[in-house]
Amino acid sequence: MDTVVLARAFFGTSLGFHIIFATLGVGLPLMIVIAEIIHQVKGDNDYAIMAKRWTKAFAVLLGVAIPSGTIVGVQLSLLWPGFMEIVGKVISLPFQIEIFAFFLEALFMSIYVYAADRLPRYFRLISVFFVALGAVASAILISAVNTWMNTPDGFKIKPDGTIYDVNPWDAFFNPSFLSSSFHVAITAYMTGAFAVASVAAFKLLKKRPERERAYHLKGLFMSLAVAFLMSFVSSLSGHHSAQILHQHSPEKLAAAEGLFETQRYAPLAIGGYTDPKTEEVKYGIEIPWALSWLAAGKFDTEVKGLYEFPRETWPPFYVHTLFNLMVGVGVVLLGLAAFALFYWWFFAKKRAKSFPKWLLWSLVFSGPLSMLGIEFGWVFSCSGRQPWTIYRVQTTAEAATKNENLGMLFLLFLFLYALLSVLTVLILTAYFKRNPVSKDMERISG
Amino acid sequence: MSEEVLAILIMWTFIFVYSIFGSIDFGAGFWAMIYNNHRTMAGKIANRFLSPTWEITNTFLVLLVVAFVGFFPKGAYTLGTVMLVPVSLILFFLAIRSAFMVFSYSVQGYRRTMFIISGISGLLIPSLLIAVLPISQGGFIGVDGETQNLLLEKLFTSPTLYLYVLFGLTSELYLSSLFLADYARVSNKEEAYRLYRSNAILLGPLTLLSALFTLLFMAPESRWLIDNLVDQKIWFVLSLAAFFIAYGSLWWPKQNRPGIGRPRFTLLATVAQYGLASIGYGLAHLPYIVYPDLTIYEAFTATETFYSLMIMYIVGLAILTPGFYVFWRLFLKDKRYLQQE
Ligand code: HDD
Ligand code: HEM
Ligand code: HEM
Repeated sequence: MDTVVLARAFFGTSLGFHIIFATLGVGLPLMIVIAEIIHQVKGDNDYAIMAKRWTKAFAVLLGVAIPSGTIVGVQLSLLWPGFMEIVGKVISLPFQIEIFAFFLEALFMSIYVYAADRLPRYFRLISVFFVALGAVASAILISAVNTWMNTPDGFKIKPDGTIYDVNPWDAFFNPSFLSSSFHVAITAYMTGAFAVASVAAFKLLKKRPERERAYHLKGLFMSLAVAFLMSFVSSLSGHHSAQILHQHSPEKLAAAEGLFETQRYAPLAIGGYTDPKTEEVKYGIEIPWALSWLAAGKFDTEVKGLYEFPRETWPPFYVHTLFNLMVGVGVVLLGLAAFALFYWWFFAKKRAKSFPKWLLWSLVFSGPLSMLGIEFGWVFSCSGRQPWTIYRVQTTAEAATKNENLGMLFLLFLFLYALLSVLTVLILTAYFKRNPVSKDMERISG
Repeated sequence: MSEEVLAILIMWTFIFVYSIFGSIDFGAGFWAMIYNNHRTMAGKIANRFLSPTWEITNTFLVLLVVAFVGFFPKGAYTLGTVMLVPVSLILFFLAIRSAFMVFSYSVQGYRRTMFIISGISGLLIPSLLIAVLPISQGGFIGVDGETQNLLLEKLFTSPTLYLYVLFGLTSELYLSSLFLADYARVSNKEEAYRLYRSNAILLGPLTLLSALFTLLFMAPESRWLIDNLVDQKIWFVLSLAAFFIAYGSLWWPKQNRPGIGRPRFTLLATVAQYGLASIGYGLAHLPYIVYPDLTIYEAFTATETFYSLMIMYIVGLAILTPGFYVFWRLFLKDKRYLQQE
């Protein structure tokens, strides 16, 4: 493999690994805050137990989120030195502010975890609130850098590469910043909620004492409500992101849809794959006019096709599949959450029936599926930008390191990520086996 | 003061603060391993400090990288290219250490193994970190066509590197012993205090000796730095004075009570000692970030970016200060936390 491809594979793997923990790191604190609030409003101790147990899981996940985040942060300079040179001049502001968000999160996380017993109740709530705020702020801020790569703004560049006329705030609030970072935050909340729903559904699969069933049902219901809301908002915001693509990165939208000819009344292609030989989408379902309508709200909107652009700047064709997968995940999960809530409301609640096994099993898979959606989304966003690292400013090859020692290091880090994944699962199961819910319940009531 | 100098001053302050907190952090991990289950509770005390703080120290490390990229993007380019291998190793060990520290808090069964892993990586990481210094002094970067790369073989066979590592490790252990001695004193664990104090008594002279040897055996390419260091000798004289005052204070009587040593004073005086020496070293190193190709003037960022970063630092610090204050109250001062068994 040549160095550029290796660097991309290496970096993509590091981010793909980090993002699992980072997303839960944004999503879980929201669930903890909600549980703490319900606890303080209703006085129901089950919610305090939930908050406590989720915090425990969160703390373990943070043990991987933080070092893996440190890795990607530093690897940006190691693998993409050419890119970071421009970043430093133009868009270092969000990185810098993000550090403050990290500090906020780290400070209050320690306070919430290690000083909870010495704090008044209201201060506990304040601490989790700041943890949640720090987490979502860091996600939004890091996304700002990524949005700037997709729609760079706030500087000018001479042909020899000299950067001038820098305006850091314009770079920060680039055209896709609001839509994309909102999408990132909402999908992280959605994923956190589905992750909790997965665990609760899994616990409900086995026979348990009534008291514990009630506890898990509360968790399931609460997480489904959040998940439903967030899935709904995330599809709206995803739609908005696509409209931003239409305006600012037309070749990405064209590749996502496998659209080659520029046209009005453009069709939406669902499923299938883009055949590089015939240059069309094969085995997909076409909905006439829908793409034009989605892109700007009118059927006669002109949507640009790939032929409009030089071939060497076409994104890879597989982004069509990635895009479909992400949207598919969103639609399926929105449907699932809606159905489960509906079922609960009309059958389970009124007739005191429990959820059927198949529904519980589908819910068990909702968390991992949502996480896959996040991964598809990022790989789509990043590889859909190819061959550019900074859209129309710097190519990936220019950004990449020229160092040739990547192979061994890549292997070393693959080993690290595998090790950490296995350990995280082992530690979490060991801890929750030793401290079952029943134990926490006794402690609180006794 | 020019903008470049202001930026490097801020950078240098961050590096200094991190090197103190990092030393204490990594050192505490090491002592927690050594004194695991020790009857004096010395290990417990190290851990009690480490559990809530390592995350913040780690964030400081990220701050260093980010601030460097923001202030000196060209420097990030050069160091990013050259340091790929050593920095990747640092990241690798850092990940192992952080993860195992958190895991050991959650499961009891494997505590020992986890302590050993996090303790040993606590020695490896600073050794690799300090390698930046000899590299920045010149002589270890080769140019091949258009790209620069690190002469790994030359670096790893050079005595300069190992002397720097020795200096780094002794300093790490000295500073962390002093800090933990103070922390043990505040926690009312007199036995643990004595243990850390005797470690410090042993380590103090070693740090001085290793510093001396590092200077004496500096690589020939670093001639320029030696010449500059001689010009800054006043700072080193002051630093040496601070060392003797600090070291001597290990034998001062305790205030109003029987007992020996004033650990808080010793710690602060030692920080001053390292601070003074850092000023001398920093001044001698200017204007180079990496000798001889990269100066702060060439590496500097866009002016507009510089000013918006400055504003953010001020706003950020103002927002975070109360948080740090609460944190300090809860974990470094609150008797209920410190004096639990
Ligand atoms: C969806 C949100 C999200 C995304 C897209 C990213 N991160 Fe992240 N990151 C987080 C959400 C997050 C987080 C949840 O907020 C973490 C986990 C623990 C923490 O303190 O913040 C975090 C931790 C974290 C840390 C450790 C901070 C510390 O020491 O406390 C660093 C350096 C980064 N990240 C850097 C990055 C970089 C360079 C990214 C992309 C290029 C990135 N993150 C993508
Ligand atoms: C349901 C409809 C959805 C639509 C129409 C949609 C649309 C989009 C679009 C157009 C982008 C690219 C933005 C860009 O490259 O600038 C994107 C990115 C992304 N999507 Fe979605 N998305 C949907 C659902 C989801 C779901 C369910 C998830 C995860 C659970 C998700 C996670 C992401 C992530 C993490 C990114 C990358 C960050 C970004 O660039 O915004 N998306 N999405
Ligand atoms: C956290 C979720 C993210 C994931 C999973 C992700 C994934 C990827 C993948 C798979 C690639 C390789 C693309 C390819 O080979 O086709 C890549 C490239 C890249 N990404 Fe992202 N990305 C994420 C977020 C970000 C963010 C927030 C930034 C900016 C700070 C970023 C910066 C880059 C850079 C610089 C490259 C290399 C150049 C390029 O291929 O364009 N990524 N990423």
